[in-house]
Amino acid sequence: MPVDPQDLHADRGQEWRNELRASLSAKERSALPRVRMPELDARERSAGFREVNTGLSEEMAVREAKRCLDCAAPTCISGCPVNINIPGFIKLIEKGDFLAAARKLKETNALPAVCGRVCPQEVQCEANCVYQKMKKPPVAIGYLERFASDCERLAGDVVVPAIENRSPVRVAAVGSGPASLTFAGQMAKWGYRVTVFEALHELAGVLSYGIPEFRLPKSIVRSEIAYLEALGVTFERNVIVGKTITIEDMREQGYQGFFIGSGAGLPKFMHVPGENAIGIYSSNEYLTRVNLMKAYQFPSYDTPIVRGKRVAVIGGGNTAMDSVRTAVRLGAEKAMIVYRRSEQEMPARIEEVHHAKEEGVEFLTLTNPIEYIADNEGRVQQMKVQKMGLGAADDSGRRRPVVIAGSDYLIDVDTVVVGVGTDPNPLIPRSIRGLEVSKWGTIVVDEATMQTAVPDIFAGGDIVRGGATVILAMGDGKKAAAAMRDYLLKKPAGG
Amino acid sequence: MNKVVEKELLSENVVKLVVEAQAIARKQCPGQFVIVRTDEKGERIPLTIADADRERGTITLIIQRVGTSSCKITGLNPGDALADVSGPLGRPTHVEKLGTVLACGGGVGIAPLYPIARAFKQAGNRLIAVLGARNRELLILEKEMAAFADETIIMTDDGSYGRKGVITVGIEDVLKREPVHLAVAIGPAVMMKFTALLTKRYEVPTIASLNTIMVDGTGMCGACRVSVGGKTKFVCVDGPEFDAHQIDYDEMIQRLNTYKAEEKLSFDGYLKSLS
Ligand SMILES: Cc1cc2nc3c(=O)[nH]c(=O)nc-3n(C[C@H](O)[C@H](O)[C@H](O)COP(=O)(O)OP(=O)(O)OC[C@H]3O[C@@H](n4cnc5c(N)ncnc54)[C@H](O)[C@@H]3O)c2cc1C
Ligand SMILES: Cc1cc2nc3c(=O)[nH]c(=O)nc-3n(C[C@H](O)[C@H](O)[C@H](O)COP(=O)(O)OP(=O)(O)OC[C@H]3O[C@@H](n4cnc5c(N)ncnc54)[C@H](O)[C@@H]3O)c2cc1C
Ligand code: SF4
Ligand code: FES
Repeated sequence: MPVDPQDLHADRGQEWRNELRASLSAKERSALPRVRMPELDARERSAGFREVNTGLSEEMAVREAKRCLDCAAPTCISGCPVNINIPGFIKLIEKGDFLAAARKLKETNALPAVCGRVCPQEVQCEANCVYQKMKKPPVAIGYLERFASDCERLAGDVVVPAIENRSPVRVAAVGSGPASLTFAGQMAKWGYRVTVFEALHELAGVLSYGIPEFRLPKSIVRSEIAYLEALGVTFERNVIVGKTITIEDMREQGYQGFFIGSGAGLPKFMHVPGENAIGIYSSNEYLTRVNLMKAYQFPSYDTPIVRGKRVAVIGGGNTAMDSVRTAVRLGAEKAMIVYRRSEQEMPARIEEVHHAKEEGVEFLTLTNPIEYIADNEGRVQQMKVQKMGLGAADDSGRRRPVVIAGSDYLIDVDTVVVGVGTDPNPLIPRSIRGLEVSKWGTIVVDEATMQTAVPDIFAGGDIVRGGATVILAMGDGKKAAAAMRDYLLKKPAGG
Repeated sequence: MNKVVEKELLSENVVKLVVEAQAIARKQCPGQFVIVRTDEKGERIPLTIADADRERGTITLIIQRVGTSSCKITGLNPGDALADVSGPLGRPTHVEKLGTVLACGGGVGIAPLYPIARAFKQAGNRLIAVLGARNRELLILEKEMAAFADETIIMTDDGSYGRKGVITVGIEDVLKREPVHLAVAIGPAVMMKFTALLTKRYEVPTIASLNTIMVDGTGMCGACRVSVGGKTKFVCVDGPEFDAHQIDYDEMIQRLNTYKAEEKLSFDGYLKSLS
């Protein structure tokens, strides 16, 4: 969504902004060191599920905000998929008006407390910060985003906008991940009657079942849901669209627009021999047992999990890092990442890799499992791996791993987590007639409007992109809301 | 929240619950199941929809007490509520007119077998039920089955009722005596394994409905995976019914034992909490 340069200009030209900018020279600002995020000590945090990053103090935040040069043509904004007015909110922090900063964020980002924690800022806004050109560490935009939104939440001062023009028109969102939540919030603000249908007993998609407590406390997710409820969004849990209810049924009930945000929840396995041995999990199962079902509190909670002593996690993305760091917290003595490319190619956020290393995780890169060996009860005991070398670059621009012949060896393991990615769940695409589906199982949409081949159905997030990011899912939800509103306004009444 | 409206003890350890679930009652077909969570700390466990009443908006669950979760849910009484019920899950049974269908049920497997057998009968098949249990006390739904079955054969391990012997003895008698076009086997994994071995010898197509461990029930986790014909399948979305002659039962039985130690720990704690 392009930002209006004139709005930015007007915002920047306010009296107080000019004064603030003049109060310190660019040289002085850029001489300040980048703030460090305070975090729990690696040993202390590995024993439990408390949030690792503890957040900036007011003083730290204001100091970091001073580093921002309040550029006339802020390049960071172009790196943000939802084009947050970044200097706008940062200067409000420098001014000391934290609640206003939070509100400024919410103009464009419905879930800043979440994004401030999980966005890969190092490849988005911060990668485009002007400090990069000066060969200096960028402004800590993500930390500041988190700071402002935490201030608002902790102050209990969350403002729910009054809704003008309530419309009788009902619309539905399928799934309750970040794509649907953003869609729902936007439509509710415009006065539509929104119902979100979620298959699980808990809301928020990956934010609940995937990303662990130590990276994204569930209390934050819950307060975002409470905000949407206050906006008038209705949530229906335990409803599997396509099974419990179909889109047809909903049309009959009077729903006029649909947004599919059902994610990419189907785990991939590698189909190597022995992969069905006991103790081998998909990352989805491992993380769902722990995050959604609270298996880390077994037997106080009823869902069990194998608490391995020697755990290998296959993969190099955020899911793999979350799984391996979870294994550490469940008491693993040896927790390993096994990844077939080199560390440079790992898609995980740098912060996660760094935290995993601090927590004692071993990285076996250029290594790939080819077989699992079980004991006579069927429990995994060893894994056979082979070493890989790096060949020519593939389509993704990353160098392709190639097998080094004769390099196999065995590693003792009692738990393995396969975190090599997920595919879109075929349930929805299969259950709706007329949808266009790609060969990867994603739903095909018009990129400008997120509209599918069925006019009243829009889609976004991982069901359209395959495994992507929270902020991209949110951007899609917002774009779809705008396009659905146009669609509904143009539609002949009663049609 | 889904309210329990009726409860009946079918045998010492098997309880029938009728539960409010309007949307599911409307949509369910024979062979499908729900995932149930009794309370906030509960597991998500799969249970077959044994029957449904669209008018009342209820479904019937028949549950055998085997551990913490099954005891928690069977401890509920009319007026109590389940935290969550979601479904209907899994693919419905493919029901058609084939000729003679042999419905083989062991233990609590008779519960999921019941709606499937009835559907085959309604589709115009001759239906023979062979029901097995350890003893007379543990046999469930005999009357209900006999009400529509053309013949009902009862087998008990100890001979306390019907004929003495394992279920495969009763099944083989029928296979020897007359042509059978399809067998449906539902029960403990071992029972399905031996039934499949037997029907294979007689070249009778057979389907088994599997009861693997599950979490979500929507294809999201892979806890429920089994090998069928050498390929990994997810019971919750690809099944629960599969060609009984292609299933790797030994792998499935091993996987059912994944949490043996934890189940015991949990159950001991549960029993202590009662006393
Ligand atoms: C472990 C893990 C860690 C990650 N870490 C990061 C990170 O640090 N930063 C980042 O930006 N991204 C991260 N991601 C990716 C990010 O979480 C996803 O891109 C994002 O959540 C996608 O949002 P979504 O709204 O499309 O769907 P999801 O969040 O996947 O939610 C989809 C929801 O739809 C529900 N659903 C599915 N089918 C149906 C149906 N038929 N009826 C009703 N409901 C249905 C599902 O149960 C689910 O709740 C991570 C992903 C994982 C798995
Ligand atoms: C599709 C499907 C439909 C099912 N329908 C029914 C039903 O209609 N009625 C019913 O009583 N049960 C049914 N089951 C089995 C039921 O889900 C389990 O018995 C239940 O999860 C056990 O939980 P628990 O905590 O009471 O026992 P646990 O403590 O988990 O286990 C106790 C004992 O039961 C065994 N066990 C654990 N899980 C299962 C399982 N999934 N299947 C068989 N044995 C298991 C364990 O090996 C152990 O010996 C079904 C399972 C599936 C997959
Ligand atoms: S939402 Fe993400 S990309 Fe945008 S400013 Fe915040 S941290 Fe950067
Ligand atoms: S129960 Fe999770 S995939 Fe089948």
